[in-house]
Amino acid sequence: MSDLFNLSLTVNGAAYERQVEPRLLLSDFLRQNLGLTGTHVGCEHGVCGACTILFDGEPARSCLIFAVQAHGHEVLTVEGMGTIDNLHPLQEAFWEAHGLQCGFCTPGFLTTLLPFLEENPDPSEEEIREAISGNLCRCTGYQHIVDAVKLAAEKMRT
Amino acid sequence: MKPPPFEYYAPTTVEEAVAHLAEHGYDAKPLAGGQSLIPMMNFRLAQPAVLVDLNNIAELSFIRPGDEGGLSIGAMTRHQTVEKDALVAERAPLIDETMPQIATRQIRSRGTIGGSLAHADPSAELVSVSVVLDGKFRVVSQKGERWVPASEFFLGLFTSVLEPEELLAEISLPPLPDRSGWSLMEIARRPHDFCLIGVVALVTLDEEQNCKQARIAFLSAGDGPMQAQNAAKVLEGQPFTPEVIQEAAEVAVASDIDPSSDIHATADFRRHLANVLAQRALTQAFERAVGN
Repeated sequence: MSDLFNLSLTVNGAAYERQVEPRLLLSDFLRQNLGLTGTHVGCEHGVCGACTILFDGEPARSCLIFAVQAHGHEVLTVEGMGTIDNLHPLQEAFWEAHGLQCGFCTPGFLTTLLPFLEENPDPSEEEIREAISGNLCRCTGYQHIVDAVKLAAEKMRT
Repeated sequence: MKPPPFEYYAPTTVEEAVAHLAEHGYDAKPLAGGQSLIPMMNFRLAQPAVLVDLNNIAELSFIRPGDEGGLSIGAMTRHQTVEKDALVAERAPLIDETMPQIATRQIRSRGTIGGSLAHADPSAELVSVSVVLDGKFRVVSQKGERWVPASEFFLGLFTSVLEPEELLAEISLPPLPDRSGWSLMEIARRPHDFCLIGVVALVTLDEEQNCKQARIAFLSAGDGPMQAQNAAKVLEGQPFTPEVIQEAAEVAVASDIDPSSDIHATADFRRHLANVLAQRALTQAFERAVGN
């Protein structure tokens, strides 16, 4: 085992301090060390988008960042978006428009779409499809996801 | 899959970084945005014993005006920063147009311009674009620095002239010549995925609006950025008629590129796409040059 590094970071507004091996991926750190299993691990090479988190507010693949690199940074995971009793409007829209079936890809879609809709409150269908082009869903055929994003945009505008 | 253990350094200056590289030589890899290296490590295709993380080196992240209307970009400048920069849009419109086409937003938020170039993937947009724009790269090591033209930087598949103890520090782009136009076109099964074929063109017109100079390079068409020098010769001195453009594209496909077959497309299909795409790109570049 290589040396351990001190890691201090903020996840979903809470400060954490842990010791980590440099080879630990941020995706695994979130799931295993912090118990935040909402971030899903799919392909582990940056293609599927399931592990997308917000890194200092920008969507990024947590499987392509070492945990140690998050030292001093701010991470938002799907757990930071809403709670079961108080879903984020984007989450509500996914629920209402059937934007998921198995749900494996959903956290990655939500974290990708959150900054997208904040920057572009009234996107066209083409812009929506472009925005989700880095996230794979094997259940829905994307149509219901696109519908959910349109509904979410409506909800977030009001 | 998980990467094997490695020693990790996160220097805050270039001086420290090149000292680590000098000490560890072939055992060390610089870590830029990590969007290509970390996947390779996750699959254990790359197993560096030492990682020198460049992400805390502020002096490698900048965009500033270069000489006589050119542009200078620090190697650790993230794609997303380049994409949104007004100076890039003004001085390097081809780079500005290229950035949104690179991978996805989740990759562009971490990936860096220097990382992409040093990785030397023949399907990477910036690799061919930097060659067509006649960019120069500042390469530093403990021994000093050297400037390498983009056209000499790429040696082959994932291979550049960078020595193990060297670091790509800066990308310098000359100003676009007057009366020039550009185009970048790609074909991919899914938007933002690795392209089956792509082409970058920069054409400059003389006063009669004939072709003064053409710089063309193909992506995913061989072991590196495939410069279409034979096609450029066909164009030089000629008017941009559909016939001349077609001849240039045919010459490029026959003698300038060397695409291979894989699970995504046969070499023949790639040649067909290269022909069609080159004609479209040259037409667009010419139309833009007329307006400039």
